[in-house]
Parts: sequence; C-alpha cells; structure tokens
Amino acid sequence: MPAKCDIAFSLNGVKRELTVPAGMSALEMLRDRLGLTGTKYGCGEGECGACTILVDGSTVNSCLMFAADCDGRELVTIEGVAVSAAGERLRDAFVANGAVQCGFCTPGLMVQASHLIERHPGADEATIRRGIEGNLCRCTGYRKIIDAVAAAAKEKSHE
Amino acid sequence: MADIERYKTPTSLAEATEILRAGNVTVLAGGTDLLPQTQAGRVHFQPTLMNVRRVPELQGIAEEGAVVRIGALVTITELLESALVRGRLGILWQACDHFASDQIRNAATVGGNLCNASPAGDTLVPLLALDARVVLAAKPDGAVQTRRVPLAEFLLGPGRTCRAPTELLAAVEVPLPPAGFAGEFYKHGTRPGLDIAAISIAAGARRDGAVLRDVRIAFGAVAPTVIRAPRTEAVLEGRAPDAATLAAAVHAALGEIQPISDVRASDWYRRELIGNILKRVLTHACQM
Ligand SMILES: Cc1cc2nc3c(=O)[nH]c(=O)nc-3n(C[C@H](O)[C@H](O)[C@H](O)COP(=O)(O)OP(=O)(O)OC[C@H]3O[C@@H](n4cnc5c(N)ncnc54)[C@H](O)[C@@H]3O)c2cc1C
Ligand code: FES
Ligand code: FES
Repeated sequence: MPAKCDIAFSLNGVKRELTVPAGMSALEMLRDRLGLTGTKYGCGEGECGACTILVDGSTVNSCLMFAADCDGRELVTIEGVAVSAAGERLRDAFVANGAVQCGFCTPGLMVQASHLIERHPGADEATIRRGIEGNLCRCTGYRKIIDAVAAAAKEKSHE
Repeated sequence: MADIERYKTPTSLAEATEILRAGNVTVLAGGTDLLPQTQAGRVHFQPTLMNVRRVPELQGIAEEGAVVRIGALVTITELLESALVRGRLGILWQACDHFASDQIRNAATVGGNLCNASPAGDTLVPLLALDARVVLAAKPDGAVQTRRVPLAEFLLGPGRTCRAPTELLAAVEVPLPPAGFAGEFYKHGTRPGLDIAAISIAAGARRDGAVLRDVRIAFGAVAPTVIRAPRTEAVLEGRAPDAATLAAAVHAALGEIQPISDVRASDWYRRELIGNILKRVLTHACQM
C-alpha cells in the first residue's frame, strides 16, 4: 500500500487539511487536488520557476517540494500574492510596462518578484536580474519584466 | 516508481537514527535532488521516506573552538546570510553565491549537496579545499554514536559516499583557516548559477611577504569526485606567484585532473579551462 500522509497547513491564510500520497509534489497538490491553477507546471525540474510559491516566507519551486513536506507550514501562492498590496503594485507595473505576453511565466515571476522586493525594497537592476535568475520567460526578452519589477520596487521604497 | 510504504517525520536525532537502523530508508532534506531524480526514475525510493527537516540537531551554523559546525539542514541561503561564513569561509560563501537560483538556494541544504556527491557539487569544492570533515550519526545499539570522516574520504564517486545506509549526515565541520587566508571560487557555465559547472575551482592561500603559504586548491567536474590538487599546491607553497611558478602550477594541475567529455564540455575544453582559470584565480587570490 503506498503511504498516505495527513497534512495540515496554511494556504493563502486559510487552514487546510488534506491526505496526500507520499510521492506527490506540492505543485501537483496545488493544481490537481486544490484547483489552484495559477501556479504553473513548466519543466518539473526546478529550471523555469513557473511553479514558484512562498513557503514560510521564502520562495521555492513547488515542483521540487513534496506535498507531505507542506505539513505545518505556511504557503502563499500567486492567488494569495495577487490580492496583497505588493501583488497589486506588481500587477499594475507588469501591465503598465507591457511585461506580459503569453503570461505563462507571469505568476511565478510575480511571486518571485514580490519576495525580492520584500527582501530588497528599492532593488536596483543588478539585484533584480539576480533575483529572477530562476524564472524563464520565452516571450518578452526580460527587459520589460525587469522594468516592471523595478517600477514596483521603487513604488514600494517610496511608501 | 517504487511505492513509498511509510513516511516518517522524526523530531530528534535519536528518533531519526532509530528509523535508519530499521533499514530501507530514503532520507529527504530539501528534495531538490531527490524529487527530480525519483520522478525521472534515476533513483528509486526505499519503502520508508524519512523527512529530516524537523530534527533540531541538524540545524544551525556555529563557531565551536577552531571549527565552524554547519548543520546538515542549513540551506544555501542561510550560508549566504551568515556573517561567519562570509567573513571566515570566503570561498564557501562565493560558491553559495554561484549556486542555482534564489528558489533552489532557499530549499537546497548543504547535507543534501554533500550526500548527492556530484563531481560538480558547488559547496563540495570549497569544503574540500578548507579540509572539511563530515559528521555521521548512527544508533547501532541504543545510543547515538558519531564518527568524523574527512570529506576527501567521504566522497567515493559520482553519487557515491562512504555513508552507511544506517547513518545520517549530521553536520559538516570546517576548521577555521589561518588568519590572512584568502581565496576565490570560480564556476564555469553558460547560465550564471543554474548551470551545472563545466569546471569549478576553489583556491586560497595566505600571503607571507612575497611568498604563498597554506596553499589550498580543489577542482570540480574534472574527475569522478571533486578533488584536491596536492601536487599543484606543493608547486606553489612557499613560492612567489610569478609567471614561472604559475606556469609550473598549471602544468601540475593538468597532471592531476581526469576530465571527461559530456554535454557540458569536452575533455580538451575542460583542460583549457582549468589551465587558464587556475592562473586567473591564483593571480586574483595573490592580490588580496
Ligand atoms: C534546477 C537545479 C539547479 C541546481 N543547481 C545546483 C548548483 O548550482 N550547484 C549544486 O551544487 N547543485 C545544484 N543543484 C542540485 C541540488 O539542488 C543540490 O545538490 C542540493 O544541495 C541538494 O540538497 P537538498 O536538501 O535539496 O537534497 P535532497 O534532494 O533532499 O537530498 C539529496 C540526496 O542526499 C540525501 N540526503 C540529504 N540529506 C541527508 C542527510 N542529512 N543524511 C543522509 N542523506 C541525506 C538524500 O537521500 C538524497 O539522496 C541543482 C538542482 C536543481 C534542480
Ligand atoms: S515547473 Fe517547477 S521550476 Fe519549472
Ligand atoms: S510572457 Fe510568455 S513566457 Fe513569459
């Protein structure tokens, strides 16, 4: 019998209890079990960052995390970031700068950028480039994404 | 994929080593190697999956006498944020700065990097140069026992270590290098962090007037494990790092490596990189 794990965690501020197979990834759990499809599956290998989520305040690739390991932790996905003040600032900046084309990389980038700005308010371009190194975008060529994150970071530092 | 029959989350070293003693256990730390390796079928789960994240004895960075003890669960991000690591173990700090992406650094642990035993493992190269040893814990007969193994003996081949299946890697201990020791870590790849190194070098020494002392050099991705370069170190030890000495060091280094050709680089290119970058790294280190 494959092991099942009973886990309890906080998801975007709401307590959740779930039973998951021990081998399941956090990404599969979010998308297939909980229906939160904002978090994307790009590569499944930690290379693209489309699956980025916040766990206990730090970003991780949810495709590399076991669902069972979510037990007792605090998860925030793009659905949670989107309704925060930081998320709104980022969304406005992404739209204003034309930083979205197909949009597949956008949720992961917004989660990573929100973490980056949280850690480095007013981040300069080098810090932003470094911070989003783990997020691939096939469409924009990054320029507009970097501009958008810089705009959001600047706004945050003026608060 | 083999089924995981039991999932365990021990909360002490005693409990974790007891679970290991029962046998057939896969250890889970950050999961950044284990999850992709098992999903791709390159590694098969043992019937018990043990998540060690809640074992407090595996946490923390601390200066203990002349040694820095780094718990197995310390993440690459925690190493980067440590003033002790940045100030005293500079080449380890630099390696962490070249490690993957922010998301990976937040999850990846030093214990996982060591146990994964990649010939290109980024923390392994500076740790080997710094004469680190690993602390292995087991519970053979009712009490937790530890043994210390020099990193050079711990690493046996790609993905292979001398850790017994009943042992847990508890920590890595790094003797503080002598005052004035400075060095550089260099990793060659096309994407700054996320690439697996085509080659990597950690080199350091102490300046004593015109000459170098306590020379330490280690290479990654040019042999089945990360390696020290004792003959290269001997060429440099007690010498002024002039052009002739650097050339002799490169010559010695090329005799110490056994690079292979793979998707990341040919053996010829790896030799060229080692020669040229060793010279550059030594020149930088000598200017510090
Ligand atoms: C996209 C990507 C980029 C990467 N980039 C880099 C890079 O730049 N440099 C680099 O060196 N590596 C890199 N890696 C590899 C990986 O992230 C590291 O090796 C990491 O340090 C592994 O740590 P972990 O905690 O995630 O290990 P896990 O995946 O949890 O474990 C790795 C192995 O070690 C065993 N293990 C873990 N902890 C212990 C313990 N305490 N005792 C006994 N056994 C243990 C596990 O059973 C498993 O076999 C990358 C991986 C990915 C997916
Ligand atoms: S899907 Fe997780 S990094 Fe690409
Ligand atoms: S907008 Fe298409 S991948 Fe980034």
